[in-house]
Amino acid sequence: MGEAFQAEGALDRQPQYQNLSPLPKSRTGIKGFDDITGGGLPTGRPALVCGAAGCGKTLFASEFLVRGATEFDEPGLFVAFEETPEELTQNVRSLGFDLATLEEQGVMLVEHIHIERNEIAEAGEYDLEGLFIRLGLAIDTVGAKRIVLDTLETLFGGLEDHALLRTELRRLFRWLKDRGMTAIITAERGDGTLTRHGLEEYVSDCVILLDHRMVDQVATRRLRVVKYRGTSHGTNEYPFLIGDDGIEVLPITSAGLTYEVSQERISTGVPGLDEMLGGKGLYRGSTTLISGTAGTGKSSLSAHFVKSACERGETCLYFAFEEAPAQIVRNMRTIGVDLAPCVSSGKLQFYASRPTVYGLEMHLATMYRAIRQTDPQVVVLDPISNFMSVGAAAEVKSLLTRLIDFLKDRGITVLFTNLTSGGGGLELTDVGISSLVDTWILLRELEANGERNRAVYVLKSRGMPHSNQVREFLLTPKGIDLIDVNVGPDGVLIGSARAAQAERERTAAQSRLREVERRRASLERKRRLLEAEIERLRLDFESEQAELERVLAEAAADDADLFSAWRDLARNRQEGSSRRATGNPEKG
Amino acid sequence: MVDDIEEDLNPQSDWYGPGELCELRLYVAGETPRSVAALNNLKKICEEHLKGRYRIEVIDLLANPQLARGDQILAIPTLVRKLPAPVRRIIGDLSQTERVLVGLDLRQPS
Repeated sequence: MGEAFQAEGALDRQPQYQNLSPLPKSRTGIKGFDDITGGGLPTGRPALVCGAAGCGKTLFASEFLVRGATEFDEPGLFVAFEETPEELTQNVRSLGFDLATLEEQGVMLVEHIHIERNEIAEAGEYDLEGLFIRLGLAIDTVGAKRIVLDTLETLFGGLEDHALLRTELRRLFRWLKDRGMTAIITAERGDGTLTRHGLEEYVSDCVILLDHRMVDQVATRRLRVVKYRGTSHGTNEYPFLIGDDGIEVLPITSAGLTYEVSQERISTGVPGLDEMLGGKGLYRGSTTLISGTAGTGKSSLSAHFVKSACERGETCLYFAFEEAPAQIVRNMRTIGVDLAPCVSSGKLQFYASRPTVYGLEMHLATMYRAIRQTDPQVVVLDPISNFMSVGAAAEVKSLLTRLIDFLKDRGITVLFTNLTSGGGGLELTDVGISSLVDTWILLRELEANGERNRAVYVLKSRGMPHSNQVREFLLTPKGIDLIDVNVGPDGVLIGSARAAQAERERTAAQSRLREVERRRASLERKRRLLEAEIERLRLDFESEQAELERVLAEAAADDADLFSAWRDLARNRQEGSSRRATGNPEKG
Repeated sequence: MVDDIEEDLNPQSDWYGPGELCELRLYVAGETPRSVAALNNLKKICEEHLKGRYRIEVIDLLANPQLARGDQILAIPTLVRKLPAPVRRIIGDLSQTERVLVGLDLRQPS
C-alpha cells in the first residue's frame, strides 16, 4: 500500500514540474542544432561533446564560441590543450572563422595549455589551482560567457595522479557553474563508453555525441543528443555537414501528413501524357515516380517536365545522379528539348553528384540544403535507384520518405525516376516506394517483331481519372510524342507493326473508298437510265394521251353532229304529226 | 609575494658544471600549508646539494596570475628549473626528495 501511495504521489507531482519555467538555453548559432535541442545548450552549465577522433568536436566547439561572440554578444574563451592557437586559427579558417580578428576585437581568446608528461615530474601533493587561476584570468580578460575546454583528457595523459585529477575536475565543473559559464567540454570516445576517461560522470547536464561513421566505405557525420537534463530533445541521429560556412545539423524528421494540398494542376510537358492524367496533368505539390528499364526515356520525360516548368517561370532543381549536367543538356537537345536557356536564366539548377560520394544521410542533408537555398517549385531526382548502391532498401525508403515529406511540406512538385531491372516485375520498384508516390508512370519496352518499342502507361494517379490505356511513346527530334497503340484482332501492335498495320488499314480504307465511288457511279448510271426510261414512258404516255384526246374530241364532234341531225329529224317529225293531230315521235 | 633567496656560489659542487648557477622558480597560490611545505622542502634540498649555487624565485599566482601562462603552470605548487637548460618541471609539495633530485638532474633515476 505504501509503495502504491508513493507512486501516486509521484504522479501528482508531475504537473508542478511542468509549471516551472523552462531551462534557460544559450543558442549555439549552429544551424539546425538549436532546433533539435529547443534552443541550444544549457546556459551556465557545462555540456559534453564527445566522439571519436576526427568527428568534428573541435569545429563544433569553435563554432559555438565564434557564433556566441559574433551573433549573441557573448565573448568566448577557447582553452586548447592539444592545439596551439596558430594551429587552431588555421583549422577553423576552413569554416570561414577568423579567430585572429576576433581576438583583436577582444571578444575571443585562445588559451593554449600545454602539458607533457615527459617534462613533468611529480614529487608530492599538488592541486590544479594553477589551471583555475589561468582560466579565471582569461575569462576576466575578455569577459567570457562561453568557454570551450578541448580536451581535458590531455590532463589524464599529463598527470599521474588520476584520483587527484578527478577531484580537481569535479571542482572545475563546479567552479565553471558557479561562474555561470556556458561550457563545452570535448572528450574522445572510449571503448564502449562515451568518453575514454569517464568525463560524462562529471558533466551530466547535456551530452552530445558526434559520430563519423563509415558504412560501405562511405563516411557520414552524425550528431545525437544523448542526454539533456531538464528538457525534451530530439533523440534521433541527425546527419551534419561541415561546410564552408560552418556546421549544419539537419533536423531530418518526417514532417508527417499535415501538409496542405493544392488543387492546381501543372503540365508534364508532354500534352499526350497530360491527356492521360485526367486531361490536365499533375497536381502541384504531388509526387510522381517514373519507372522503367534502361533507355525507356525516363530522363527525357523529366527534361520535358523541367522545360515546361521553366517556361511557366518556375524554378527547378535537377538532382542528377548519373549524368553530368552538360551531358543532359546536350542529349536533351537531340530530342528537341533545349535546356540551355533555362540553365543560363538560372531557372534550372543542376545538382550533380555520384551517389557513392556520400552516405545516404549526407545526400539527404545536401539535398535539403540545396532545396532550402534554391527554393524551387519543381524538383527532379534522376534516378533514385542509384541510391541502392549506397544503402540498404529500408534506408533508401526512409530517405525518400523523409525527402517526400520535406518536399510536400514546402509544396514542391517532385519527379523521381527509377531504373528498374529488366526481367523482374515492372510493377515492383527496387526501392519499394510506390506507396509513397501520388502518380506512378511506367515506361516499358515492348519487344516484338525483332524490335523494341517504348510504351507508357499510368499505373496510378491519386485524385484524378487517369487513362487506363497503353500508349506508344516516341522520342522524336521534336520531343516526346504519344500515340494510341493499335489494339487490333492480332493484339497490341506497336512500332513497325503498328506502322504496317496502319498502312494496311490505309490501303483498305482507300480501296473501300474506291469501291464506294464505283458503286455510287454505277448507281448514278442506273438512276440516269431509270430516269431516261421514265421520260420515255412519260413521253409515250403523253403521246397516247394526246391521241386519245384527239379521238375523244373527234367522237364528241361526231356525237354533236349526230345529235343535231337527230334533233332536226325530230323537229321534222313533230311538224308532221301535228299535222296529223297525234303522233309518236319515237316511232317516227 | 616574490621572494628572492640568493646564496653564495659554491664552485666545488660536483653536480653541475663549474660555476653553473641553478635558477629555480617556485609557483604557489597564496600561502597555503602546501606551498609553505614546498618552499621549505626545496630550501632543504638545495642547501644539501646545491649549496651556494642556486637561486629560488617564488611566484605567487594569486598576486601575478598572468605569470602562469609563460611557464605553462597548471599544478600548484610547481617548481621550474629555468637554468641550466633544459627546463624541468616538478609538481607537488616536493616532499618526495628522491623524485625532486631526479627531476633536477641531481641524481640518476634508480
